[in-house]
Amino acid sequence: MTHFIQTLISGLSLGSIYALIALGYTMVYGIAKMLNFAHGDVIMIGAYTGIIAVLTAGMPPVAAVFLCVAVCTLLGVLIERFAYKPLRKASPLSVLITAIGVSYLLQNVALIAFGSQQKAFPSLITLPAVTVGGISIDGITILTLAVTAVIMIALTLFINKTKLGKAMRAVSEDKGAAELMGISVDRTITMTFAIGSALAAFASIFYGMTYVYIKPTTGAMPGIKAFTAAVFGGIGSVPGAMLGGIMLGLIEQFSKTYISTLWADAIVFSVLVLVLIVKPSGLLGKTVREKV
Amino acid sequence: MATKLIPVSRPPALLTERDADKTPVLECIDLGITFGGLKAVDNFNVTIGRTEIAGLIGPNGAGKTTIFNLLTKIYQPTHGTILLNGKDIHDLNTTQVNRAGIARTFQNIRLFPNLTVEENVSVAMDSQIPYGLASGIFHLPSYRRGEKVAHERAMELLSIFHMENFAGAKSGSLPYGAQRRLEILRALATNPCLLLLDEPAAGMNPSETAELMENIRTIRDTFKIAVLLIEHDMSLVMNVCEGIAVLNFGRIIAKGSPEDIQSDPAVIEAYLGKKKEA
Amino acid sequence: MEKIKKSIPLNRDYVTLAVVVVIYGVVAVMLYGGGLTRQVSNMLIPISVYIVLAVSLNLVVGLLGELSLGHAGFMSVGLFTGCLLSIALSSVLPMPVRLPLSMIFGGLFAALFGFLVGLPALRLKGDYLAIVTLACGEIIKNIITNLNITGGALGLNTNAIYSNSKKLLPYAFVLVCLTILVMANLKSSKQGRAIMAIRDNRIAAESIGINITYFKLAVFVIAAFFAGAAGTLYGHFFANVKAASFDYNMSIEILVIVVLGGMGSVSGSIIAAIVLQALPEVSRAFGDYRMLVYAIVLILVMLATNNPKVKLMLEQYKNRKNRRKGAGKEET
Repeated sequence: MTHFIQTLISGLSLGSIYALIALGYTMVYGIAKMLNFAHGDVIMIGAYTGIIAVLTAGMPPVAAVFLCVAVCTLLGVLIERFAYKPLRKASPLSVLITAIGVSYLLQNVALIAFGSQQKAFPSLITLPAVTVGGISIDGITILTLAVTAVIMIALTLFINKTKLGKAMRAVSEDKGAAELMGISVDRTITMTFAIGSALAAFASIFYGMTYVYIKPTTGAMPGIKAFTAAVFGGIGSVPGAMLGGIMLGLIEQFSKTYISTLWADAIVFSVLVLVLIVKPSGLLGKTVREKV
Repeated sequence: MATKLIPVSRPPALLTERDADKTPVLECIDLGITFGGLKAVDNFNVTIGRTEIAGLIGPNGAGKTTIFNLLTKIYQPTHGTILLNGKDIHDLNTTQVNRAGIARTFQNIRLFPNLTVEENVSVAMDSQIPYGLASGIFHLPSYRRGEKVAHERAMELLSIFHMENFAGAKSGSLPYGAQRRLEILRALATNPCLLLLDEPAAGMNPSETAELMENIRTIRDTFKIAVLLIEHDMSLVMNVCEGIAVLNFGRIIAKGSPEDIQSDPAVIEAYLGKKKEA
Repeated sequence: MEKIKKSIPLNRDYVTLAVVVVIYGVVAVMLYGGGLTRQVSNMLIPISVYIVLAVSLNLVVGLLGELSLGHAGFMSVGLFTGCLLSIALSSVLPMPVRLPLSMIFGGLFAALFGFLVGLPALRLKGDYLAIVTLACGEIIKNIITNLNITGGALGLNTNAIYSNSKKLLPYAFVLVCLTILVMANLKSSKQGRAIMAIRDNRIAAESIGINITYFKLAVFVIAAFFAGAAGTLYGHFFANVKAASFDYNMSIEILVIVVLGGMGSVSGSIIAAIVLQALPEVSRAFGDYRMLVYAIVLILVMLATNNPKVKLMLEQYKNRKNRRKGAGKEET
């Protein structure tokens, strides 16, 4: 039982990191209708920023977190402005290839700047482990869960209650109509990238604190899995990304504990394939009827 | 040219006197579809004779294209029956419905823009060209024979609209009117017994429309098929159609010969009346 | 009479095939005559394999219009099954029998997987299909890495069947030519037209009686077959192969070749495969910067080809060329 609860909690922790990344994918997809393949690499850059801020510049943890968020947000906005914006009217495939190009670019810039050796992420904060009824929970895990929960509630409120959130929803429904209603589509897309990348910054910090070692290719696999989570939950749907991320984290962690570490990836991806065959629009996605 | 009623058990037909063969090609019985509680088409009863030219008219949003989508199984009807040549097509999908004999054109043209004009026609003969995948991949002798037949038939069809000279052009590069005509040829290439035309005259000038009218008659006479068309151009509908059904809010409000329809008060109120004001 | 002859069109792809045959001829003379450096001769098999991969993926992406990110998975299946057979037969059969047999075996196994991966493709399209093919590729990688028979994470020891460029080139040549021929033939057949019709407008294709299920599966099966056969060949070029190398990054690499070469263009795929395979080798002078250069080139090419001004220029160029062609026809 202890074993089960511990797996459950570490699954939730992993799942919330996936959920944070998946939100970036799903929001961008919902609004710009594109798969931002470079999103995972923004996380890698965020993690390196954290390393430099604390270990090289000796910044206090709180300042490091702010810097991390600022760098990721700026990076996301710059990528959108220079690589994706000129391709608004291009075929989805061209945009995807460009995104792949940006992903390679970020990885190789990191490779040149930081080398291929992995670097250790600093422990920004030391939290004591909490023991409840014989179950010991890592402090970082609790922090991850708490902060993710707060971020998700804030994001949900932002999208549903604020004017900007309403604009985002309008643009994702119908760009043309939103434009006619006086919403600046360009600004809304930029803002979506900014928010998605800021969430990625938090993901990078939690990832760094949980898994410690960072390489130029660190972002790729969590990126792919988080995208899988976004599709799993129904791409374009914000609650879907949260649900998909958490589910994927749980599936992965339980497979690792109860089946085999070796087969965990195969199981995670098999679940995805099965879900999509049974319900092609994902768990919470809408099916769109093609107009004839 | 008065509308004749066939036995009471069947819905009133659009059959006309000039039809030698009175067995219907299509019968819709209580056909309907509901989209999220909204009855887009309801209680649709129509019978079309084997070589009849029938028209479906009505204001925008009346559900005309939805009926085409039901007949071609792009939408699955929520109730009612469609009989094609007396056989229920309930379990067939779009592909199978076409092979059973219904071919259509689309309101917003759906050609294959990257294929040539000839290919757009010959691709529609897929089930009629007798060579398999292996022949296609390795160009076995049956491939050569099949392609020859396909080419000849495609050219023959293109000659109906005098389009042989454009055979090698990409269909996406054709002018609008030519694209509409090509879509009709593509539908004909599938060897249908019922041809559905969704606003064939849209975007055409009066002389082109007049030519189209002749073409529709010619097609019916040469191929001995039935035609059901949706059209807003009243001159075309009244001239070419032998039977007309008027649709409003998903329901038939009138049915009969062009003369009957033109004098029907319900139609004038719902449709033609508005047109006069404009 | 003239017109009937024209019904079998002289496809550009057959010209490409002829050029490829000539190039292989020249390369063979240089290779066997000793005129090639070790560096160049070592590139011949990988380039051939990538040409087969790109042309076969082009069948899915260019002709059917669906995005597949699992092509390396099919290659991997073909590589391991084909090489295992080849190893088992290494002391029984001579290479000229054993290698083609293994390639067909690997290809058929990959085709089986192509069929299985093609099944979800019937219900999915676009990004969803892309992610499912990616997932399938990763599942394949994971399975092969965890099996004992394939050598597990340490990789399969292929010393028994290892061979060099000189010995493998004829087989690579045949495979490349066969792939191009099949692609070219398919494009000019009724099946090819049906596949392109599905790409251009699925609903219209259904409405003219094209069986979408059949053609989608056929495309995935054929493409996977060639990827598998190429995989078997590739495995013979190394003394050890690890499943981990055939991950989604490799699938993406193949996709990049297809897109840069031009969707549906056989000659484009071939040129892009050669350039992108040779570029990292040639640009060793760039050192660490070479992948960076690769990434920047990729982005710039996409931005340039989608730039309205550049597009307009290309369009005008094409029109001029077509008009000249048309004028030529009238004269004859």
